[in-house]
Amino acid sequence: MKILALDSSGLVASVAYLEDGKIKGNINVNYQKTHSQTLLPMLDELVKTLDINLSEVDCIAVANGPGSFTGLRIGVATVKGLGLSLRKDIVPVSTLEALSLNWYGANGIVCPIMDARRSQVYAAAYRFGKEVKGEEVIEPVNCEISKLLEKLEGFGEKIYFTGDGVPVYREYIENNLKAETVFPMPVNAYQNAGNVAVLGQYYAEKGLTKKAEEVSPVYLRKPQAEREREALQNASN
Amino acid sequence: MDKDIVILAIESSCDETAAAVIKNGREILSNVIYSQIDLHTLYGGVVPEIASRKHIDKINQVVDKAISDSGMELKNMDAVAVTYGPGLVGPLLVGVSFAKAMAYGAGLPVIGVHHIEGHICANYIANKDLEPPFICLVVSGGHTHLVKVTDYGKYEILGRTEDDAAGEAFDKVARAIGLGYPGGPKIDRISKEGDPFSIKFPRAKVGNSEYDFSFSGLKSAVLNYLNTASMNNEEIVTENVAASFQQAVIDVLVSHSMDAVEKNGFKKFAIAGGVASNSGLREAFEKACGERNIDFFLPPPILCTDNAAMIGAAAYYEYISGTRHGLDLNAIANLKLGERQ
Repeated sequence: MKILALDSSGLVASVAYLEDGKIKGNINVNYQKTHSQTLLPMLDELVKTLDINLSEVDCIAVANGPGSFTGLRIGVATVKGLGLSLRKDIVPVSTLEALSLNWYGANGIVCPIMDARRSQVYAAAYRFGKEVKGEEVIEPVNCEISKLLEKLEGFGEKIYFTGDGVPVYREYIENNLKAETVFPMPVNAYQNAGNVAVLGQYYAEKGLTKKAEEVSPVYLRKPQAEREREALQNASN
Repeated sequence: MDKDIVILAIESSCDETAAAVIKNGREILSNVIYSQIDLHTLYGGVVPEIASRKHIDKINQVVDKAISDSGMELKNMDAVAVTYGPGLVGPLLVGVSFAKAMAYGAGLPVIGVHHIEGHICANYIANKDLEPPFICLVVSGGHTHLVKVTDYGKYEILGRTEDDAAGEAFDKVARAIGLGYPGGPKIDRISKEGDPFSIKFPRAKVGNSEYDFSFSGLKSAVLNYLNTASMNNEEIVTENVAASFQQAVIDVLVSHSMDAVEKNGFKKFAIAGGVASNSGLREAFEKACGERNIDFFLPPPILCTDNAAMIGAAAYYEYISGTRHGLDLNAIANLKLGERQ
């Protein structure tokens, strides 16, 4: 199976190509340019370096959220455009689940956290078994960091953290979480499209692909204007 | 030209998701517009994050329909064009990211188009004989520009608004007199039942340039009028307020535009943008141009509101002059007219 994968859900822009179960190429950039300037040129470099024939790709995987609203839309719009012109199906992969592969096989709970600002995170938790995909023990949520730590304590296990929420909340976690913790090294701290490709293959083999027009980002948070409008309506009821 | 040039164009700078296929810059093969207006009406204006989310949900369906309606296949087209500014950055990024990826997948070049240039070029579709040079007034919810079109793809701004865009003033006044959003069509409709000369609102003079506009003073004058009338328990005739306000806007737009045409020695004048479908405005310009023996050009309303056909028209002239953008094309919210990359 040949899979092209993209992740632009956070600070990192990442592209990868997986063929016959091997990551043949993977480019990651963590730089201040916007993803709209970096993502497609990176994909083009990958295609040229690896002599990829885009028409032979089986499907295109994308980290579809949660994450930066704009970052998610750049990645999702890119795969939707590629999907339409190449007539390829898309495999949406949870950003958090892809991040969990940074600690693949860890003996404990893997907890990817992404900074959602205002003391909040996007987070989930996984426990690895025999499959490449971990068992989801906390489903993706947008919550206060304190609420997440309460849930994590309930497991009574070692917690492996990863994601861009780590530098923001590490001190808070160390001071407040009553559990053994492991934090990532630079090499497994961020999003990587290689992980998206691996999970993309897992889901594609199970037939869990979508038509390009059916793919949307998973934001886990409503737009501010919508939240304020609902609050007003609730207050007047 | 021997070979036809066919361009797929995409527009997503505000609250319309649009795609079109245009032949040789003048002929519409397809033109699809998905308007989000009902959604934003709930909020009294366009909410950028909500617009961005809607664009990404609809863009494939809109573009796919534009391709199938055109009766052509993407691989037989010559380029993919997309609006990359000015506009709301979130919505713009959806169109730009999508268009670049689509073009890349199909092996076609990408052409970034300036939204206002697109509005001006809507006139090339509506009037097959129109050629530069001419003066064009672009009036919409986000823009008020008086532009000298010296050649295809060559624009010089003569005047612009110093504060509110004309369409913005319509929206604000409509809210104040209880008409709601979007203000332009609603004010236009009830103005027909009012007396445009019943209330004397100011026609603003602006210091910087003889062609610049200002509408915030007029908006304040309307609000003051409403406040004073309600404090004095005077009856407010909404139709008269709307008609008098609209007349004040039209008077300024017409006088600046006619000055620009005559002082530049031009014989042709065009209007463009969402407010250009205002019937009062269209009638006033027809009369003013008729009296001065100036040829007047205006697109039909469907090409005045945001659409991708106009982007395809602008892109055609960019295409034949050799403009091609890279895969790093970015959305630029405040892209200036005539200062393209």
